[in-house]
Amino acid sequence: MPQGQLTGTRIRERRIMQGMRQAELAQKAGISASYLNLIEHNRRRIGGKLLLSLAEVLGVEPSILSEGAEAAMLATLGEARAADPSAAPVEETPEAFAGRYPGWAELLTRRHRRVLELERTVETLTDRLTHDPYLAAALHEVISTVTAIRSTAGILADTPELEPEWRDRFHRNVNEDAARLAESAQALVSYLDEGAEEQGGLASPQEELEAFLKDANYHFAQLENGKRSEVETMLQGADVLQSVAGRGFARSYLERYIEDGRDMPLDQVLACVHEYGPDPSSVAQMFGVSLSRAMRRMAELPKEDGIPEIGLVSCDASGTLIFRKAIEGFALPRFGAACPKWPLFQALSRPMVPIRQVVEQDPRGDAAFVAYAISEPATPPKFGEDPLFHAHMLIVSRAPGARREERTAPLGVSCRICPLQDCAGRREPSILTDGF
Amino acid sequence: MGKHVLVIEDEPNIIEAISFILSRDGWTVATHSNGHDAVDVVRDKSPDLVILDVMLPGKSGYDILTELREGEATRDLPVLMLTARGQSKDRDLAERIGASRFMTKPFSNAEVLEALRELVPQ
Repeated sequence: MPQGQLTGTRIRERRIMQGMRQAELAQKAGISASYLNLIEHNRRRIGGKLLLSLAEVLGVEPSILSEGAEAAMLATLGEARAADPSAAPVEETPEAFAGRYPGWAELLTRRHRRVLELERTVETLTDRLTHDPYLAAALHEVISTVTAIRSTAGILADTPELEPEWRDRFHRNVNEDAARLAESAQALVSYLDEGAEEQGGLASPQEELEAFLKDANYHFAQLENGKRSEVETMLQGADVLQSVAGRGFARSYLERYIEDGRDMPLDQVLACVHEYGPDPSSVAQMFGVSLSRAMRRMAELPKEDGIPEIGLVSCDASGTLIFRKAIEGFALPRFGAACPKWPLFQALSRPMVPIRQVVEQDPRGDAAFVAYAISEPATPPKFGEDPLFHAHMLIVSRAPGARREERTAPLGVSCRICPLQDCAGRREPSILTDGF
Repeated sequence: MGKHVLVIEDEPNIIEAISFILSRDGWTVATHSNGHDAVDVVRDKSPDLVILDVMLPGKSGYDILTELREGEATRDLPVLMLTARGQSKDRDLAERIGASRFMTKPFSNAEVLEALRELVPQ
């Protein structure tokens, strides 16, 4: 049945919802009650002036009565059937089902859309699923509830002759599960938004340090004058630093911050960046420091007009990320290994050779970045001992719409959730293209 | 009378939906929602087939299956395992322990019916 013929059902529903008798609506729209009855049972198609009159009396937009939301609903019902090709074929079309049971059709449509939304959410979270036991348990709850909904919805859709008491029971179950799903999903989103830092005792010292730095936007104005006495006060006031190790990491970081500030005063670094652009080699040359120290100092700059957003990531010789300062548009994996194509890892294979590359993670957007990378010894050299290298990558955002004069290298976040096809660096399948 | 199936699953609405479709397909369905004494229930009811969820309160589906495979009476009992995790390592583990079939959630009703009919022809 073409979608326009469901207009009658919709008119009837609206009328009943408003407590209006058929004769009353007919009289106000200027037609006979018997003609309205034919319209409401989809035996007469209407449009134009009569549709406008009825819509006006019912107080709704004409498109609400004729199509719009319903077209999307029928498409979704069709999609739900197509998503399950192994289901037994049914003679009833989505239009006929929606015509007979408009309320249930709308319910099934909403649930199918919600299931699709949640399946997409589950896919993108799988990187954390492997390493986070709380998340694994929470997602199991979500998937089990989705399974219950899918199974129950399948019964409702595939059993047209279902007894009313079973139909009512299964509709109640779907409703119940949908509410549970909403709660579980909300709890999951809250957990992911808050992160492990707020669970106290569950975060690693490294995560505590990152949370501490993030709270301060990686800039500590009170330390720019070199006052070491401020350090303990700041550590004591930081609720995110729960462990002795976390406070130790933070103390070391802040002491190094003071040394960097002494050797590279803030106002001079800002002036250098304004004049020469966000190139760490300019800062390193001006102050006679290593590129890694210059990068670290630049990542600590306060937000200021004319200074782009700057991120920084460091790794040890095994490729494990040991420092993360993310910026918008360039995602860093929270758990697991990063994309092997990052200049950060290229730098590991070319120690002491500066690398500059224009990169992007999302080819659909306009967010390209300039990545500066260097790998330097982590400790002073010793005779008879091979040096251990750390690599550092400064990530500088480019202005939106900036002309791209250089070749842009596409990168991912992590193989597990990367959609890039035919990538020579891929070490494991992507759940986005290959599923679970 | 049709074949007997025991569904060991802690999600009540999954139990209700699966029980409904299996009953309509001619199966006699029993259910149990706790892993703790699931092995005893299997021995007591002697079903023709077991549908076993992996994550259960009290004891995991993997542990339950391991115990079933150790018993003479249940060594060859067809077992369909259900899990929310479909990674190959989970599948390999299930097969190693002795699952007859492995199915990832969410699954369709038709998939479950097909699997059962293959495992225990009526």
